[in-house]
Amino acid sequence: MKKKLSLFLVLLLAVTTFLAACGGNNDTAKDKDGSANKPDEKKEQVLNLLETQEIPTLDPALATDEVSFIVLNNVMEGLYRLGKDNKPLPGVAESYEVSQDGKVYTFKLRKDAKWSNGDPVTAHDFVFAWRRVLDPKTASEYAYIMYDIKNAEEINQGKLPVDQLGVKALDDYTLQVELKNPVPYFVSLTVFSSFMPQNEKFVKSQGEKYGLEANTTLYNGPFVLSEWKHEQGWTYKKNPNYWDKDNVKLETINVKVVKDTATAVNLYETKKVDRVGLSAEFVDKYKNDKNFHTFLEPSIFWLRMNTKNELLKNVNARKAIAMAVDKEALVNTLLNNGTVPANYLVPKDFVQGPNGKDFREENGDLIKTDVKEAKKLWEQAKKELGKDKFTIELLNYDDDVAKKIGEYLKEQLEKNLPGLTVNIKQQPFKQKLELESNMQYDLSFSGWGPDYQDPMTFIDLWVTNSPHNQTGWSNPEYDKLVKDAKTTLLSDLQARWDAMLKAEKLLFEEVPIAPLYQRGRAYLQREYVKDIVIHPFGGDFSFKWAYIE
Amino acid sequence: MARYVMKRIVYMVITLFIIATVTFFLMKLLPGSPLQNQEKLTPEQRQIILEKYGLNDPVPVQYVRYLGNLLKGDLGVSFQYDNRPVTELIGERIGPSAQLGFQAIVFGTVVGLLLGIFAAIRHNTWGDYTATVISVLGISIPSFVLAGFLQYFIGVKLQWLPVAFWEGFEYTILPTLALSVSVIANIARFMRTEMLEVLSSDYILTARAKGISNAAVIVRHAIRNSLIPIITILGPMIVNLMTGTLVIENIFAVPGLGEQFVRSISLNDYPVIMGTTLFYSALLILAIFIVDILYGVVDPRIRLAGGNK
Repeated sequence: MKKKLSLFLVLLLAVTTFLAACGGNNDTAKDKDGSANKPDEKKEQVLNLLETQEIPTLDPALATDEVSFIVLNNVMEGLYRLGKDNKPLPGVAESYEVSQDGKVYTFKLRKDAKWSNGDPVTAHDFVFAWRRVLDPKTASEYAYIMYDIKNAEEINQGKLPVDQLGVKALDDYTLQVELKNPVPYFVSLTVFSSFMPQNEKFVKSQGEKYGLEANTTLYNGPFVLSEWKHEQGWTYKKNPNYWDKDNVKLETINVKVVKDTATAVNLYETKKVDRVGLSAEFVDKYKNDKNFHTFLEPSIFWLRMNTKNELLKNVNARKAIAMAVDKEALVNTLLNNGTVPANYLVPKDFVQGPNGKDFREENGDLIKTDVKEAKKLWEQAKKELGKDKFTIELLNYDDDVAKKIGEYLKEQLEKNLPGLTVNIKQQPFKQKLELESNMQYDLSFSGWGPDYQDPMTFIDLWVTNSPHNQTGWSNPEYDKLVKDAKTTLLSDLQARWDAMLKAEKLLFEEVPIAPLYQRGRAYLQREYVKDIVIHPFGGDFSFKWAYIE
Repeated sequence: MARYVMKRIVYMVITLFIIATVTFFLMKLLPGSPLQNQEKLTPEQRQIILEKYGLNDPVPVQYVRYLGNLLKGDLGVSFQYDNRPVTELIGERIGPSAQLGFQAIVFGTVVGLLLGIFAAIRHNTWGDYTATVISVLGISIPSFVLAGFLQYFIGVKLQWLPVAFWEGFEYTILPTLALSVSVIANIARFMRTEMLEVLSSDYILTARAKGISNAAVIVRHAIRNSLIPIITILGPMIVNLMTGTLVIENIFAVPGLGEQFVRSISLNDYPVIMGTTLFYSALLILAIFIVDILYGVVDPRIRLAGGNK
């Protein structure tokens, strides 16, 4: 009996020691909670956010991902920045002039723009930054975004020295940019991270460390990063040196890295964060919450079709596939987050023409779901091909959402197009890209997001031999329309716009891709958070105008 | 003994070298490139960038260069976190992983041992059954289920402990608990089986016959001899837990190393794949070595130097 008792005591001791350890620290936990739990009486201008990933880099020349772009958009500023209506607003530039032929832009810079170390932001900072992006030694993965500038491509390929770039500082506050072609959307390009200024002295003094820590980065935007703990989170503070600081209301933004959506939702529920992105499985639970919102991104997802395939070389077969899938059910049951069916290539709410009309408003739906018609076309295709049974492979991403979509597509296609067997092949992202670019696929579920605010970022994908075409589809008329829009029609913007409208129509006469949906995003945001601006390209969010009410 | 240790160290270096070689060549078989904006680049643009990183050279050339740098202690720079040195990347992340792993091991081992011993002494009573049910559950419930459960009930519903983040000791309790359950279960199971075997062996009978008290028999003879298999599983377990676990770290937003093992592979981040693999292998090899040394301490019957009497 005594022995039993002693054993019990040992156990008890072990358990209590552990609990004591927890208990002792619980007091400090409460203290901390006390200060963090203020949302109830929230008037102080502090925003608490989550991000799904660590910042890969704050070097604007090297940034390639959404997280870096968002941070850069808020801690730095280019010549222009996207405003609340997603049109470019003056940033470091005050105004600009364009030459008659549209090839020379002269930007007047404001004299009160400063770096966070007090140095003025000058035209030389832009010259240095843009040369650095294009220098092959930098190995910038977004260098091509500058290829419209004179000599940019040659410099990036190492054929010309960087000082041949068509960018000059006429004086400290005047920047002259010479373009290869008169691209009409050049000003909106300058909001993109790669075009942001860099302070030569600072960048050189930091060397390899530039952009890797909060204190090895220099800022000129509405906020600075006061702290950056890798893999854990970062803190924005209002930048006292920012020229427009009077319009910046938030004092602090705390961002924490949380990769798991369920965790993120739990943090929102316990009021640790003010905004959280939702994945499909959480939408049903929160759909009727007053803080539930969705927004539409300009990203389009489609089925790419390999037109060299024995079945998919037939245009009626391709049309049948494009029309046989119930997209409405796909977006409402599988995604359920503000995503809309896409019957087009160029996304809606993305870009307006010279006449102020949205591209979609003008071209409308170009290929709609129509199972009856699909069946008819399918029978016709089978007759033309002289075969009754076909097996094709559907190349897919390997994440959970794509998995469900893949199965849905298989089920729809096999049900509506008798004689068709679809085998799903899932591959990790990089491997999938490789297979696509080698055209080792039949159907591929894939998508595209814009690089700049112009329909061309979607339309020129499909010209013959475009590295992103990957369908083998080729149409001389389409090629010509794109070529004209990029050259001769640049002087007549309405004609250029019409050419792009026509090209999109042409594409869906031959359907090398079957559009599926334009992606939406669902999120929860506390009602006291106001005016976080969501952008269709560049960095996704601006906090410049945001505030707590 | 010294000779034995020297020999083992040489073997360890050779093992590490083989691992480095095999990993390097296997990794190069992964399709795709480490470029992050790959889908938007044309082949020419890709070439420009691959050139800069020396990825256009033949694989054997890259291999020799890598080994050369490795000898100098240079693990290269990451692609996904542009130009961040791999040693720094591992260094920044190993802290939280190691702390969690350590806490889970200590707590898990103590509780597991007590549970195992208790079950063995109470063989075939309700106490034994309870302990067995606990260990079966501990092994069969996936850690993400348990972690999600703990987070929801203790973090969200009861609000006793923080849901996630990494800002002090109280933030480590839930992830430690979630991690330690499998340790408890494994240790308890092994300890129980081993204790039962030891308790029925002849020398225990002898000890009892000599009139030594039950407690002394258990503490001095039974427990000590039952620890050998525990030490065997403990070595790799420590390395596994202290280098981070993807699932637990993701769920509790722990800024640890765990994710990098998987993420670097899916992103073709070659230097990080090599860095994490070598780091993990080196620790594992070291742990196995220490376990071998410990055998001799726990059980004098095991002679390390073998026939070298």
